[in-house]
Amino acid sequence: MNVLTKRGRFRVVAAALSLLVAASAACERKSGGGASGTGDVLVGFYGSLTGDGASFGQSSRDGAELALAEVNAAGGVLGGRKLRMLVEDDQSKPEQASSAVTKLVTQDKVVAVIGEVASSRTLAAAPVAQRYQVPMITPASTNERVTAVGDYVFRVCFIDPFQGEVLAKFAYSDLKARRVAILKDIQQDYSVGLSDSIVSHFKALGGTVLDPVSYSSGDADFKAILTQVRAQKPDAIFATGYYTEAGIVVRQARELGMRMPILGGDGWVGEPLKNGREALANTFISNHYSGDNPAPVVQNFEQAFRARYGHAPDSIAALGYDAIKVLADSLNRAGTTDGPKLRDAIASADVAGVTGQLKMNAKRDVDKPAVIQEVTYSNGEAKFVYKTTVNPG
Amino acid sequence: MSPARKVLNSAAVLVLLAAANYAIEHGVGDFQLNPYYARILNLIGINITLAVSLNLINGLAGQFSIGHAGFMAVGGYTAAYITVSAGARIAGLLGGTLAGGPGAAAAMIVSLTGGALAAALAGVVVGIPSLRLKGDYLAIVTLGFGEIIRVVILNIPAVGGATGYTDAIPITNVFWIFLVAILTIVIVRNIASSTFGRALATIRDDEIAAEAVGINTTRYKVLAFVVSAALAGVAGGLSGQLFANPLSPQNFNFVKSIEIIVMIVIGGIGSITGAVVGATALTILPEALRGFDQQFPGLRMVVYSLLLIGFMIFRPQGLFGRREFGLHWFGWPNRTKIPVALTDTADARAHTPQRPVDRRGTLGGSDTDD
Amino acid sequence: MDTLLQQIINGLSLGAIYALIALGYTMVYGVLRLINFAHGDVYMIGAFAGYYLANAMNLDANPSILGTIAVTMGSMAICAAIGVLIERLAYRPVRHHSRLTALITAIGVSLLLEYGGQVVFGAAPRFFPQMIRSEIYSWGGAQITNQNLLIIVVSLVVMFGLQFIVHRTKIGKAMRATSYNLNVAKLMGINTDRVIAFTFALGSALAAVGGVMVALAIPRIDPLMGLMTGLKAFVAAVLGGIGNIPGAMIGGMLIGLMETWLGATAYSTYRDAVAFGVLILILIIRPAGIMGTAATEKV
Repeated sequence: MNVLTKRGRFRVVAAALSLLVAASAACERKSGGGASGTGDVLVGFYGSLTGDGASFGQSSRDGAELALAEVNAAGGVLGGRKLRMLVEDDQSKPEQASSAVTKLVTQDKVVAVIGEVASSRTLAAAPVAQRYQVPMITPASTNERVTAVGDYVFRVCFIDPFQGEVLAKFAYSDLKARRVAILKDIQQDYSVGLSDSIVSHFKALGGTVLDPVSYSSGDADFKAILTQVRAQKPDAIFATGYYTEAGIVVRQARELGMRMPILGGDGWVGEPLKNGREALANTFISNHYSGDNPAPVVQNFEQAFRARYGHAPDSIAALGYDAIKVLADSLNRAGTTDGPKLRDAIASADVAGVTGQLKMNAKRDVDKPAVIQEVTYSNGEAKFVYKTTVNPG
Repeated sequence: MSPARKVLNSAAVLVLLAAANYAIEHGVGDFQLNPYYARILNLIGINITLAVSLNLINGLAGQFSIGHAGFMAVGGYTAAYITVSAGARIAGLLGGTLAGGPGAAAAMIVSLTGGALAAALAGVVVGIPSLRLKGDYLAIVTLGFGEIIRVVILNIPAVGGATGYTDAIPITNVFWIFLVAILTIVIVRNIASSTFGRALATIRDDEIAAEAVGINTTRYKVLAFVVSAALAGVAGGLSGQLFANPLSPQNFNFVKSIEIIVMIVIGGIGSITGAVVGATALTILPEALRGFDQQFPGLRMVVYSLLLIGFMIFRPQGLFGRREFGLHWFGWPNRTKIPVALTDTADARAHTPQRPVDRRGTLGGSDTDD
Repeated sequence: MDTLLQQIINGLSLGAIYALIALGYTMVYGVLRLINFAHGDVYMIGAFAGYYLANAMNLDANPSILGTIAVTMGSMAICAAIGVLIERLAYRPVRHHSRLTALITAIGVSLLLEYGGQVVFGAAPRFFPQMIRSEIYSWGGAQITNQNLLIIVVSLVVMFGLQFIVHRTKIGKAMRATSYNLNVAKLMGINTDRVIAFTFALGSALAAVGGVMVALAIPRIDPLMGLMTGLKAFVAAVLGGIGNIPGAMIGGMLIGLMETWLGATAYSTYRDAVAFGVLILILIIRPAGIMGTAATEKV
């Protein structure tokens, strides 16, 4: 029964050999991950350099790279070793975010990961960092659940429960709004979380919140839902999504004759917001950082950023900068790149950052103030003008 | 093959798979498969199941369905939901936990069964209205159903809605993935060489003649649809419970369905081997192109689309056309009964001259004027 | 009441866009029995072509009607050329293969345009310059912008123009003959290849008009914008009766209104599914569409 021809035998051998080659190429020694070494210290960065979130990814990367250059110019970390950043693009897609971090952690063996800005993408990637015990610092993901993923996940920005409170209070006390509508992007954890926070805080202040209205990232026509909102005559509107939609939402609202103030969160911080054009008058946002803050640390950062990139930084860039600074500081205090020890060092960080004092609390968040800014449009650019600061607690 | 032989073969396969699974998860000696490649291996297995199951309806039955991602989604979400809500209890029944061993295995079996049933139900719902239509319209309607399923899932907060089902518990591993893949191949092969399969092939070749001969075309078509959907649902259940593979509605859109179509088109619509090869190639290809994709996002899909167009123009029957892989490639005497059904010919169909049917849609209306 | 009026206006504006694209679908299907999946993406190319032209002419700083017309014409020319190219390179080689092969090829071309667009234009959305300064007219409590009005007017003009071409010109007669029976038309001396090329050119030019008009009103454009819109426009064409030109218009308006109506309810996130639900219903209840005539299949 077993008549193996010559050709048949050849094929069997060929198949077996190729399998063996593939297997050996794909396998590796288990005992990898040395914490010592004298070469560059590798840091992974993942962000949305392309796609809808391109502004976020590019800003945070620019800020991070500036910080990296400064750290290296000042002598590096761990006694003279340079920090090197490996940048991966997740194309604004959550599954690419987790793939990118998997690659950074398992292939490139980075000692820490910086990223992302959009909470949905950070939530997709954080479990990977947690599983492989590589610390992750997100510069700007504000959704509460991010740091709850595990004790290896940290952030250097405020969280949405606080941001929602800030916005609600501003609308109630400063804008005297009593009846508000909320537009949220159901595709984004950030928008959903922020909306929930605004709703509960605004109601706690005694105001009325109309039933929230939803849209999806990528939508371009909001007239139908805005018309319904208009019919209910709110004093103010919260648009809690990202800058890609925010500009158009504002513009279409004005086209429908809606002149009430419109408020948003830090998700509005992106170049495409300028497409709201003149409609952006009478809109406000909560933000992490204000470039017109006269404090020396802020002004030095502004100057250095302008010198390197030729334009002013936004708050996302500032947070990217701060994330690297915290990492560098923690590396030096830990004295090693070993995962668990580095994690402990980050957990006890207390660094004066560009966006405020970065002191990690027990939940691996930082308690920082927020600023309220008014949005203006001039010369084809959207600008944020400082109005007031709100402290936590 | 005698029943004893079959049992022995099955046992051998199970043991082999379990050993492979152990080797991949814990390493052999001081060596371990890099997790990145392990992940690719897992994806290959899942895609094999998807491609072979799609081949049942597209290749064997000749019904062009481009909503396969919808069934995968239904199965995936159902399975994950079962594990999240009842998994711990199921594992507890066997005295274990979801972390591994018999507890996780039980949860896996229950959740996959649930996923298969849900997807089968979806197959019935989609199949009955769609299969009255033919050709282009059937394709568009299945596409439509796929999108409707996606939008419905988008609006279910209990499974995470738009942001994805992040609560899903990762219990999938190599053992289950490849067990399912092998089972799928066996199932589809057996169908193909059965009376059921011959009926499907007849329907594919000439539906009106099939009806004239007395075959209940609707029943057979729906049945094929349901089986295909159920298998896709199992693949979905495996995929959704794979580590770092978030279940999210935008992963199950039209583009995903097209990716599976590309796999069987390249392999050869109507060949199981073709489906396997296509699935493997098109899982490895995007990873190999990852470097390019970073520099030029979207390049991967450009390559896909060029492949699709190129194959359609130059080799519509795909790589394998009608042929199947068997041990005869290695010199074994060819005892494999290649079923008539599957040898028939995507390429024969490809060169059939157009029949003048379907006056619907002539430009300007079919009434004569002017 | 003014809300209802506003929503009707919103719906008609949206519907006019679908109508413009549906007209192209219906024409190509009528002549070739091919669902040109790539049609929605030609619409996208039209929008991008308009974007680059408008920026080259610096229309954002100097809006003008003349400039808008020039941009539209330019975009139409580019898309017509692309349409003819697609037909020649991708569809003609498979014209005598099975319908399924042609369908898969069409899907391939569609993906090529979308992701090729991503590679060339970048995946981030762009925002169309305002070629005409936006003005808002109030009418009975509802607001309509001049751009929305323009879209509705243009699509009506296009529809009548198309009817004229198909029913009252020689090339139109040739198109209808080809759609009845390609081989017989050839025997009658019609250069079917040229007729088909013309059909594609015309349809693509229409898609380009749609792209530019839409980009005026809803300024966000990105390489994947044609996918969903194209599919919905196809549904509109089927709804109205595929192959029927006024039908495409009616179908487009209906889909636009239905989507807007749904957007106004709590189920607004189901909007995308509306078009497909309608498609399925129509194909079950009345496959010929609203204006179509049912045809029996000869064996």
